[in-house]
Amino acid sequence: MNDAPLAVVLAENWNYLVVITLMMSGLFIVISRSNLVKKLVGLSIFQTSVFLFYISVGKVAGGTAPIITGDPDTLYSNPLPHVLILTAIVVGVATTALGLALVLRVHAAFGSIEEDEVLAMKAEDGLPLLRRVAGGEDGE
Amino acid sequence: MTGLMVNICLLALLVIIVVMVMRTHRLFAVVVLSGAYSLICAVVFVNLDAVDVAFTEAAVGAGISTVLFLAALAVLPANEKQPPGAHTLTSNLAALVIVVIVGGLLIHAAFDLPALGDPNAPAQVHVAPRYLVESDEVLNIPNVVTTVLASYRGFDTLGETIVVFTAGLGVFVLLCGATRTARHTATKDERQGSGRDEG
Repeated sequence: MNDAPLAVVLAENWNYLVVITLMMSGLFIVISRSNLVKKLVGLSIFQTSVFLFYISVGKVAGGTAPIITGDPDTLYSNPLPHVLILTAIVVGVATTALGLALVLRVHAAFGSIEEDEVLAMKAEDGLPLLRRVAGGEDGE
Repeated sequence: MTGLMVNICLLALLVIIVVMVMRTHRLFAVVVLSGAYSLICAVVFVNLDAVDVAFTEAAVGAGISTVLFLAALAVLPANEKQPPGAHTLTSNLAALVIVVIVGGLLIHAAFDLPALGDPNAPAQVHVAPRYLVESDEVLNIPNVVTTVLASYRGFDTLGETIVVFTAGLGVFVLLCGATRTARHTATKDERQGSGRDEG
């Protein structure tokens, strides 16, 4: 590392530090919380932190949005990460939708969206998911 | 300089929102906070010159995915269950250790990255200049992001469409399957009466 004062080093790397903090917070939510909806929110926080990282990498100091103005002196930011992240955002929402559909299915089958409760119920009777209907199995 | 200050403040706000998401047990609040998180992300994207990404994030990230979560919450229980103390401590400790180790390694690696906005960083010098020069001359479209998305990397976008289609199909099958299995089991129960085996 160079000899620059800590404040400068922090300011230069602030985006990366925040991205890593957000990413690790998302990972922490996914690992430690047992509620499935909260896990999905954690996953989307993780995802968005990756978007932030890509867009930060594409930034050019003094640049502007990559829309050609005709002025040859204009400096543009890198359009390639923007394109990749556009794709990733749409795919991200598709995965979220699929995850929510799975959570709804788990809720219909087990009557709970807490991971530990669902696992305990599965360990107890070993019924496959498709044979389950919430309430029906519990009452017996 | 103002841009840098705005950037620092907005990113700090994101961290605050994530801490609130961790601490809240009402799922409705969690979902609304994640919507706010996406919206602030969109503002950060504008600040980093990614206008196309910003309006996609605002429409899709803050709009559609919040609506999807709220629609799911109409059926799901509204509160996260808080497990008894001892259990949370041990499971959280394991997660915390993993997260701190991975985060520490990533931060260590992050100091080797080129400084934010460096015009000579490896990411800036490879294909991007070609896109910026050619886009207007060859294709007559001023917005470079559009050109790259639809022309240079058109197959990426085709692949994205296939992924979204597959995900839509998956959601459809999962949700229809749920109601069909319920109905199927119900009729089977009726037919067999109480003669059904346990387990």
